[in-house]
Amino acid sequence: MDIIRSGYIKELLESGKRLESRGINEFRQIAIKCDTLGNAEGSTQVDIGNTKVLAGVKMVVEEPHSDTPDEGNFIVSAELLPIASAGYDVGPPSPSAIELARVIDRGIRAGNCIDLKSLSIDKERVWSVYVDLYVLNYDGNLFDAGTLAVMSALSRTKIPKFENEEIVHTEDDKPLKIQNTVVSTTFCKLGSKIILDPNGAEESAMSTRLTIATDGSCVRALQKGLGGSFSVDEINNLVDISFSKYEELKEQIKAISKE
Amino acid sequence: MSHENKPELVINGKRADGRDFEELRPLKIEAGILKNAGGSAYLEWGNNKVLAAVYGPKEVVPKHLTDSSKAIIKCRYSMAPFSSLSEHGRSGPNRRATEISKVIREVFENVIMLNEYPGSEIDIFIEILQGDGGTRTAGITAAAVALASAGIAIRDLVYAVSAAKIGENLVIDPNMLEDNYSDADMPVAVSPKNNEILLLQMDGGYTKEELKSSFEMIFKAGKKITDIQKESIRKLYESVSK
Repeated sequence: MDIIRSGYIKELLESGKRLESRGINEFRQIAIKCDTLGNAEGSTQVDIGNTKVLAGVKMVVEEPHSDTPDEGNFIVSAELLPIASAGYDVGPPSPSAIELARVIDRGIRAGNCIDLKSLSIDKERVWSVYVDLYVLNYDGNLFDAGTLAVMSALSRTKIPKFENEEIVHTEDDKPLKIQNTVVSTTFCKLGSKIILDPNGAEESAMSTRLTIATDGSCVRALQKGLGGSFSVDEINNLVDISFSKYEELKEQIKAISKE
Repeated sequence: MSHENKPELVINGKRADGRDFEELRPLKIEAGILKNAGGSAYLEWGNNKVLAAVYGPKEVVPKHLTDSSKAIIKCRYSMAPFSSLSEHGRSGPNRRATEISKVIREVFENVIMLNEYPGSEIDIFIEILQGDGGTRTAGITAAAVALASAGIAIRDLVYAVSAAKIGENLVIDPNMLEDNYSDADMPVAVSPKNNEILLLQMDGGYTKEELKSSFEMIFKAGKKITDIQKESIRKLYESVSK
């Protein structure tokens, strides 16, 4: 079945068309819902087409890392939940889940999106920002959905008060300081064609994948996946497309952070 | 990356270790040094010391992973607990090693002619004995030689190297110190016959133009790396035929 569908998707692309009549550099419908969970310090749910991910932020008081004594910590994890796809199993994080979390983490970290210095509490303690990405339904492009979800959850995160050795939530908790916005665009190659925002069927037919994270002025992270290859001309062209998508994606996050 | 007490990395147009911006660290490769393995290589690249070994093609374990149409590749990149200057590394795979093992496996899935070995498994093991920045690229460069010396059918002799940005300067092959304080870092694996990119990771900040120049720098350095790889294989076969 997969082979037949892969063949059809590639044939369609060679004739200049795409499933659901999408343009090759067109995102599916993106929807972001914020503050869906009350106990988390920040939360968002992002839908890209039928892909559905949820990001939850917990703020924890911890010791700083020895190499960054005056900075808070930022930790991203991802879980490909068994409810999200028949292909996902129960068990420890798969290499794909680890790659997903680390690529999202790198883009946001390299873009200095969080002011980690503002998370220092005293000499021994800092705030750690734990972001957990839950994949609820898989239909391709977890990288872009994940980056959007984590970035927008951070933009909604409130820092509780730390008083008398206890974390206290109050009405006037201060928002986490966000100083830059990073978004990502993921492309996949099928035959000779390269398309943006692959859905699940397109990903099952792809030979290779490239994720580009940008903040509009710089490339912040790159990650190629799978066994195929790209030429440098292709990569440079995809970087151009990625930059051209930046404002559109940033607006989505901006709209959320103002609500 | 914002660090205080950042060391001086560029002094009078040279790097802290005396290199020019486009100069590789000394690279030495010896092929075929582990007799039990089908193919192997020992590589020294600056202060990096790396062993790579290839086992197989052999029966797939566990059996249910068998693909009757092609070989499956397993890859493990691992840093020895004593490989780093700073601390004793915890044993077992961490998240970093898991990700690196995955992207290295994907490089070799492209390069090995998988259809030549249906129903079998090929293992690639990379052990970092001493690390000084660029261990994944050193590992790939060594594993490519190990594969070639194993006589496994490959499409090309892959090489890998990192580019980096230090302040405003674009450099090749950053060492650990440069890596820690760089403003961008980009490990790349290349198929030299057509310059196709097989591995690409990056973090930090590159403008579009800097990205383009970095690729050019990598291709230039790649010629030298390829020569050293080929020479190591030539030496192996000369020693066999003697």
